[in-house]
Amino acid sequence: MNLSRSQMILMIGGVFLIAFLLTIMPLPEGLSNWRPQWVALTLIFWILTLPERVGVGVAWSIGVVLDVLTGTLLGEHALSFSLIAFAVLKLHKRLRLFPPHQQSFTVLLLLLLDRLLNLWVTGALGYPAPGMAYWIPPVVGALFWPWIYPLLALIGERFR
Amino acid sequence: MVFAVLAALMLMVTDQRYRHLESLRSILTVAVYPLFFLARLPSDSLHWANERFRTMEDLIDQSTKIQVENFELKGRMAQYDALQAENTRLRDLLESSFRIPDRVLVAELMAVDLDPYRHHVVINKGSSSGVYVGQPVLDANAVIGQVVRVSPLTATVLMITDPRHALPVQVNRNGLRCIAEGTGRTDRLNLLYLPINADIQKGDLLVTSGLGGRIPTGYPVARVDEVRRESGQAFASVSAIPNVQVEQVRQVLLVWTLLPQVENAAPLWGGEPAAQEESASTPPAPDKPSGKLPKKERPTGKPMTRKREATPSP
Repeated sequence: MNLSRSQMILMIGGVFLIAFLLTIMPLPEGLSNWRPQWVALTLIFWILTLPERVGVGVAWSIGVVLDVLTGTLLGEHALSFSLIAFAVLKLHKRLRLFPPHQQSFTVLLLLLLDRLLNLWVTGALGYPAPGMAYWIPPVVGALFWPWIYPLLALIGERFR
Repeated sequence: MVFAVLAALMLMVTDQRYRHLESLRSILTVAVYPLFFLARLPSDSLHWANERFRTMEDLIDQSTKIQVENFELKGRMAQYDALQAENTRLRDLLESSFRIPDRVLVAELMAVDLDPYRHHVVINKGSSSGVYVGQPVLDANAVIGQVVRVSPLTATVLMITDPRHALPVQVNRNGLRCIAEGTGRTDRLNLLYLPINADIQKGDLLVTSGLGGRIPTGYPVARVDEVRRESGQAFASVSAIPNVQVEQVRQVLLVWTLLPQVENAAPLWGGEPAAQEESASTPPAPDKPSGKLPKKERPTGKPMTRKREATPSP
């Protein structure tokens, strides 16, 4: 079943919207360090599913929106997301065929890249280095991936 | 790809160095405002349901408590007006500029989590309510921070616990001045550049000194928690626990002050010779070296804070 172009954009935007909401949704104090990078996960998924629609440009704009939303330096997430998007675009054919655990591992590396780039930017701004808790979200995100991927793939199926 | 990276880098540098992007950010913030609204919907509706489904006894209890508190506060206020008038007159005699909080606006915290490594919160009042960048944000019994960004409907507040925030404070006991710097932890502030023999001890209350020209004088900030003096070090390392419990704040106070900011800041840069000459006789003049404040200040400083400390507990 093929959907029209506008419906497709609506669908992609809708999933990103949910990811944004999950990002700023208040969590209990202890849990906020464990919040996975929802937007980055969503981005990786969409590029895997629709590499011809979602690319570096979309990743860049999504990054700017996230910067505005979370009050970080404008362009911080735009930078890391466009690099992630580039890597996924290069790898998407292989990534799709990977077994789940291998896919998770690749996602972990991508999420760590996002974290590392953000760390460089905040470090350049003069923020002190954060503790080990800074590296938890990519791990949580990678652990979630085997569940997120099939779930979103149900939606993605309709576009193929 | 290369283009996107370059664009991102340029955006970052511009945002960091120049002010041009503030309007862009403010427009985008308005565009994402519905997201903030949606994100706080679950917790808000929970709060709403909590308020709705309360028992009669609960409400009666609360109402009695509030009435008693109100009565007490009114009693104190009756004195306050007279005291304030007297204080202003005395300050006039000393030719010091003293700012009194004039207008106060209650804003609600929008229950959203931003980057956990930066202590920013978003409040639901923006430039359409007259909020400006640099405005002090207070709680009922402590300083929370200051506004760093405004958009028409919301404003972002940088809290005093953010590692990039430093606040001029003084010890309430003896008027010793220093700077309280955020550490990135919600339960800790560091006091910078205190000499090793500084008269400071555990349990001292720190209040704002007003020297930054932004936050009015005399609001409680934190309580000294630990003082370590290591011989060989130039400065003592002192940490304090902020009075504000960030996790429990739901409402904040935005304050407008009577005199424009410039008037208080001017003597700091040595601009007014008159203020310099007078400084020997005026205790609150900002250009005095710290540590040897006359005892004059004590009687005025202490009871004031005692009153404030007593305020929250009925």
